[in-house]
Amino acid sequence: MSILVIAEHDNKTLNGATLNVVAAAEKIGGDITVLVAGSGAQAVADAAAKVAGVSKVLLADNADYANQLAENVAALVADVAQSYKYVLGAATSNGKNILPRAAALLDVSMISDIIAVESANTFKRPIYAGNAIATVQSEEAIIVGTVRGTAFDPVASEGGSAAVEAIADAKDAGVSKFVAEEIVKSERPELTAARIVVSGGRGVGSGENYHAVLDPLADKLGAAQGASRAAVDAGFVPNDMQVGQTGKIVAPDLYIAVGISGAIQHLAGMKESKVIVAINKDEEAPINAVADYWLVGDLNTVVPELVSKL
Amino acid sequence: MKALVAVKRVVDANVKVRVKPDNSGVDLTNVKMSINPFCEIAVEEAVRLKEKGTVSEIIVVSIGPKEAQEQIRSAMALGADRGILVETADDIGALEVAKILKGVVEQEQPQLILLGKQAIDDDSNQVGQMLAALIGAGQGTFASEVKVDGDSVQVTREIDGGLQTVALKLPAIITTDLRLNEPRYAALPNIMKARKKPLETKSPADYGVTATTKLKTVKVEPPAERKAGVQVKSVDELVEKLKNEAKVI
Repeated sequence: MSILVIAEHDNKTLNGATLNVVAAAEKIGGDITVLVAGSGAQAVADAAAKVAGVSKVLLADNADYANQLAENVAALVADVAQSYKYVLGAATSNGKNILPRAAALLDVSMISDIIAVESANTFKRPIYAGNAIATVQSEEAIIVGTVRGTAFDPVASEGGSAAVEAIADAKDAGVSKFVAEEIVKSERPELTAARIVVSGGRGVGSGENYHAVLDPLADKLGAAQGASRAAVDAGFVPNDMQVGQTGKIVAPDLYIAVGISGAIQHLAGMKESKVIVAINKDEEAPINAVADYWLVGDLNTVVPELVSKL
Repeated sequence: MKALVAVKRVVDANVKVRVKPDNSGVDLTNVKMSINPFCEIAVEEAVRLKEKGTVSEIIVVSIGPKEAQEQIRSAMALGADRGILVETADDIGALEVAKILKGVVEQEQPQLILLGKQAIDDDSNQVGQMLAALIGAGQGTFASEVKVDGDSVQVTREIDGGLQTVALKLPAIITTDLRLNEPRYAALPNIMKARKKPLETKSPADYGVTATTKLKTVKVEPPAERKAGVQVKSVDELVEKLKNEAKVI
């Protein structure tokens, strides 16, 4: 069985999500090739070649792939995929953008958000905001899927010695152009990969208060910061911090939910966390039902006290 | 220009669903159904573009059971001009939906095709991308801002690290994210008017699509339950538990 893994990267570094996808590929079993589509992405290909379990790296280095435009990259993926049995990508915004397009070009159905590999053609995936788990069997000639990173422990980023093969390929679909990008800079660990996540909801009241109350706690714990949809919609924090069904899916060792009621939508993004702590003034908040420890109280006094005692 | 909006009938976002005891699926009998929230945002965006004079006609299409016409009527009450229901009782996959929509696009020739980024029932997040591939158009997925400019459209997309803006040649596919807009409520007179708007009924065969999928759902189970937690009375107790019981800090 041959498996093609689409590398997630920014042309400079290989994104850790790729390691989780390789882990899922190992569960299927077979020869793993990583495809790096980018521009000036040699360093990414070199990093991919070192990943444990990878037997080959294909590097398509072309200006057409610089910004991961789905129209161009999906055309490349569909082309390369012809000689593979599986095509897997990360369930990131990039993977979700590109893989379905590639699947349609291949005329095959696709499986989103794989959380478990049952057999060579059977997979588990969450539906209804994680309130049900579907076991899906694919009869397609090529099985295309995205992998939920938090469901697979990443493989080692060192230890492999795959050969890097350049493929001369240029695909400009000519229908889309990159205009601009606005990346939120942060000193904190990346949300989906962090060991501890501190999240704030509508209860924090304002953007200033979010930072005044939660920054010291996150600093103290070396945690990433997240938010509920309510906090993002109210403009407290940028949307890339949203945890939930339609935001990011996290599964850290410790998730601290502050001023979050715990709507179904939010729970879908964090209930796989190992330990969940809820700090909320509402004794009836649905978040308490999934929390391992919950504390009823005013977050404006409880959180600073917590910081002082850590 | 014409805009086509695809809407899906799904279980209401506030309903806590239950898995059927025989693990064949989720129990939807007597459960409140609504228009998928992301689809509602797509309708709202089309209506706003019509109010600005960019869009001249909004066609709303839904693929599903007969009852999906309720969702088409809701979209009409928000401002869509006419509807197409592609009726099928089969549980069809994203690829088949995209193929049917391709047929509708070829017939109607819209310049803008708006969809939600994902349906809150199957959570696939695939149809818009697949449709874009099938018609060879550009795709502006997870859109939080849409600006039509002559024969192209600028779409600001929500990506993992922040925002990205792309320019797409028309016709183009846009899939909506939550922050694109705040959908309006339908006023009663508009709900009455929507009843008189034209609604055509078609079948997948009209678009040459056989409605089957090669993805078989073997079983549907409830997720693993979390063990019930405990309420702690003080910050000291919380710190103590996290350190000594959970050992996470």
